[in-house]
Amino acid sequence: MSEVPIELKYTKSHEWVRQEDDGTLTVGITDHAQELLGDLVFVELPEVGSEMTAEEACCVVESVKAASDAYMPVSGEIIAVNEALADAPELINDSPFDDGWLFKVRPTAEVELEDLMSSEEYQAEIDE
Amino acid sequence: MSQKTILYDKHVEYGGKIVDFAGWMMPVNYGSQMDEHHQVRTDAGMFDVSHMTIVDLTGAGVKDFLQYLLANDVAKLKEPGKALYSCMLNESGGVVDDLIVYYMDDNWYRMVVNAGTRDKDMAWITKQASAFEVEINERPNVAMIAVQGPKAREKAISVLPVDVVEAASGLKRFFGADCGEWFVGRTGYTGEDGFEIMLPESEAPAFWDKLAHAGVKPCGLGARDTLRLEAGMNLYGSDMTDTTSPLISGLGWTIAWEPESRNFIGRAAIQQEREQGPAYKVVGLILEERGVLRGHQKVVVENIGEGEITSGTFSPTLKQSIALARVPSQTGDHCQVEVRDKLLNARVVKPVFVRDGAPV
Repeated sequence: MSEVPIELKYTKSHEWVRQEDDGTLTVGITDHAQELLGDLVFVELPEVGSEMTAEEACCVVESVKAASDAYMPVSGEIIAVNEALADAPELINDSPFDDGWLFKVRPTAEVELEDLMSSEEYQAEIDE
Repeated sequence: MSQKTILYDKHVEYGGKIVDFAGWMMPVNYGSQMDEHHQVRTDAGMFDVSHMTIVDLTGAGVKDFLQYLLANDVAKLKEPGKALYSCMLNESGGVVDDLIVYYMDDNWYRMVVNAGTRDKDMAWITKQASAFEVEINERPNVAMIAVQGPKAREKAISVLPVDVVEAASGLKRFFGADCGEWFVGRTGYTGEDGFEIMLPESEAPAFWDKLAHAGVKPCGLGARDTLRLEAGMNLYGSDMTDTTSPLISGLGWTIAWEPESRNFIGRAAIQQEREQGPAYKVVGLILEERGVLRGHQKVVVENIGEGEITSGTFSPTLKQSIALARVPSQTGDHCQVEVRDKLLNARVVKPVFVRDGAPV
């Protein structure tokens, strides 16, 4: 059974979003997503400073099996990426909601946050 | 509707993640493909390969028939139980399938062909056999378990039925032994030592449990693919197909050109290709940058031309991405691969990366 922490927001494309106290967002892929992908071996992260729009593909996560995109949950500027993933992509398998985070974003359209799913909604989505 | 092997319930019980493979519900892994891969390289793992097709060919004309059907020559097989890897070609020299054939006695050969090509193969073999005195029987109700790894034989022998142990213990590499309802081959698809064990379906689930208790861990098709690719072994449908000849599929070594008088199906076509010089060859690639090589990515060889990756993955043993690629024959020791609009550098090597647990 995949973990779906209650305090996070989610997207249909299986990213999780944590709202930090300073108004920025931390983004990763969910436990469910990493389970589907299997052992991760390579992550291509976006450039810090780049501006992207919601639902734009911004990362590539590759497992032994397949390559998959991760998407921007909201529009905004990338302010940090998880450099540790370059040498240890398996952090996403071991700790998808913590050490395995992908990037941090400063949102430019706060209203988009309302479109994200709650943990109950995401749980219902993956139970289908 | 997908088929299930007799071990399906075991896969579910052991936590297998089930996927559809060639119309069969098979485990892709039981948790971690990476762990299963290392298990086979360092200890012992087992794979359910019951979906593969076992065909017995019998009769006075069987040797003549196989010398006509196969690009490799079964006349090389002189000792009972000896196995041979071969391609079965069509008239234009394309590969219908690759297979293992065991010589049992002068009137009996046993073949193991792929699961995904079963219907096509059976139709092809039956059609070609009409002019020969040979009977073709697919073996029903047989399960097959591949036990692979440096400790595979020792662990398997500890749980094999007593009457099978003696035959299995004495097997040389690439030999098989018929033990009545059981058959044990010292063969595999991982680059490691081990057995491929055929047994009655009714006994397979209990034997799976015994192997597991002996420390042979269940492994899925995911690890099977990374293991075979590290070992430089071809996968039918990816590395060769009905439209590629063995000469441009890295399988030239499996063709028996001598004696010249042996007229096997596809000979005329590939002989002409051989005389003209094949336009492509199969090489191994090791990616020198971060990323993962995948099938169908374009290979660019500067000043020479282009090729294509036929199988690619991340190598758990080398901790780098590796691939088999079909490239222009003049390709040297370097090329580039197009990965998501970027050209990444790759080293060209012989198409074998790992053997018996160690990088080559």
